[in-house]
Amino acid sequence: MKISRLVIQEIAHRFLNFVLAVVGVSIAVACLVASVTMIDAGEIQSKQLVVQRQKEVEDAGKKLNDEMRKITKGLGFNIVVLSEDEDIAAFHAEGTPTRTMPQEYVTRLANSPIVVINHLLPIVTKKIEWAEEKQTIVLTGTRGEVPQAHRDPKKPLLDLVPKGQVVLGFRLHEPRQLKPGSKIVINGQELEVAKCHAERGTVDDVTAWVNLEQAQQMLGMQNLVNAILALECNCATADRLAEIRGEIAKVLPGTQVLERGRKALARAEARNKAKKTAEASLVAAEESGQQMINSRKAQANVLVPLAVVGSFAWIVLLAVGNARQRRNEIGILRAIGLGSRDVLVLFLGKALLVGLAGGGIGYAAGYLIGTGFSGSIGQSLFDVGWLLIALLLAPALSAAATWLPALVAASQDPAVILQEQ
Amino acid sequence: MLISLDHITKSYTGDVEDVVAVADVSVSVDSGEFVAVVGPSGCGKTTLLLVAGGLLSPDSGKVTIDGTDPYSLSGEQRARFRAERIGFVFQQFHLVPYLNVLDNVLAPALVTGDPTAGERADELVRRFGLGDRVGHRPGQLSTGERQRVALARALLNEPRVILADEPTGNLDGENSDGVLKALQAFADEGGAVLLVTHDPDAVAFAGRKVVLAAGQLAESVG
Repeated sequence: MKISRLVIQEIAHRFLNFVLAVVGVSIAVACLVASVTMIDAGEIQSKQLVVQRQKEVEDAGKKLNDEMRKITKGLGFNIVVLSEDEDIAAFHAEGTPTRTMPQEYVTRLANSPIVVINHLLPIVTKKIEWAEEKQTIVLTGTRGEVPQAHRDPKKPLLDLVPKGQVVLGFRLHEPRQLKPGSKIVINGQELEVAKCHAERGTVDDVTAWVNLEQAQQMLGMQNLVNAILALECNCATADRLAEIRGEIAKVLPGTQVLERGRKALARAEARNKAKKTAEASLVAAEESGQQMINSRKAQANVLVPLAVVGSFAWIVLLAVGNARQRRNEIGILRAIGLGSRDVLVLFLGKALLVGLAGGGIGYAAGYLIGTGFSGSIGQSLFDVGWLLIALLLAPALSAAATWLPALVAASQDPAVILQEQ
Repeated sequence: MLISLDHITKSYTGDVEDVVAVADVSVSVDSGEFVAVVGPSGCGKTTLLLVAGGLLSPDSGKVTIDGTDPYSLSGEQRARFRAERIGFVFQQFHLVPYLNVLDNVLAPALVTGDPTAGERADELVRRFGLGDRVGHRPGQLSTGERQRVALARALLNEPRVILADEPTGNLDGENSDGVLKALQAFADEGGAVLLVTHDPDAVAFAGRKVVLAAGQLAESVG
């Protein structure tokens, strides 16, 4: 005959008392596990959303970059730096600048810490009469991009035109059936065709691009440029343009800045807005996710302690009632030789079983509730660590709640109980 | 002497004044003796029995059970002493309600851990005619059967002494007779029985009668 048999038999005999105690413990454990599960689910869902938003930001960024590349490759640069003496009305009427600037302005700009512009391209450009072909063309000299100091080198958007070569616009090569490798003469300069552009529908169609130094010689503009093309870091807006103008004016006070390519810029602006929207959405997703997690933690911080305290009080109540019910039984068991320690074991043994059962059932219920409220997240939230904690803490809670009533029961004087009969 | 109660005095703290339940009472029971303690209600019979059983420490006097003063032992030692040396039988039976007959009989083995207790329990259950009630709980037994279970429990650990408090109080004639005969048989086998009773039939079974009145020994007959 063992004490454990007494414990099991008593549980079976007073099964309702046992079930009520298990329910009390289960509720406390379920609250804890459900809270933890929902917080874990919230963190996972938040991360998933952030990852999704990050991808959207990346995609938007890529599209923006592509757009900017298309703008600059297809349609030219969107900022042009001109001499401050340039008559803008005449510039627009002529289509080419009429004033010049020292070429060293380019170097000064490139060596400055300005970050609002990229891809500096100095040009010298002028409408000339192609004597050999009796045609008015635009001769543009370019030396390719000027690398900017303090910046990581970027892939150039325009290739350098080597000396002795020429790149032709559509209306210059097409009527003459010219192709790369063909030889032409422009105002006495022999040039080999390096590239033939497709039709663009702009002045580029009647433009011939040659090496900058060669153009300067042909136009009598040595060490001079009449425009510096550049690309903004971000798409131009009215505010941004003012900022860019301010930045450039600090470096090149004798210049003025014009914006170009508004139609393409509108598209780039849209992409930029999309990117900013995606970034804002990412921040909002992070904040929203964090808010949700904080809210769940705050709820858990109130609910779980309440549930634990309530469960503790409930177990104490049940244990006191159980001890009263078993007064006679304790009296005779003590009379026939059971020590007070054995009586303690009777009560605490039952409490441990209550805790184990309540811990297991509570974990299962809490897990189901937590996953049910969290919805599908594509991965399991089962945590064996929390199951073990539940199976350890619940018996401890139950035993702690039962301790005092058990102690009182064990301390009862059997003589007093027996004399009451 | 198996039971020796020398000049036992026991009083209880009352609201107004202390109540002397037993005053300078001396009783002894030898091996083979069956002694009945009689007296009116409230005369101290049950108190004397509980003092003898190591359950109630006397204010003064000495208790010796099978050569040992139980009150010289620690609480846990005294409990074990009771389990090994003393069997109790009460008027209210005091069976554990959720244990069946066999487990109730085996209850004292919780203390001794004796591996042979099962065999003895089986033999006692048969001896007291409870063989077909083994799996029943006290609530399913008659009063006579319950008292026989209590008797069997008292005898499980082969005690030297049985202390019985009105064991026939709730029984009819036939069942009372059975219980008393069992107690007599225990005494005949060398045990000592101290029986507290109002029942004249029980007194008749006893070899000696001790009369208490107002906590004092009034008479010792036999």
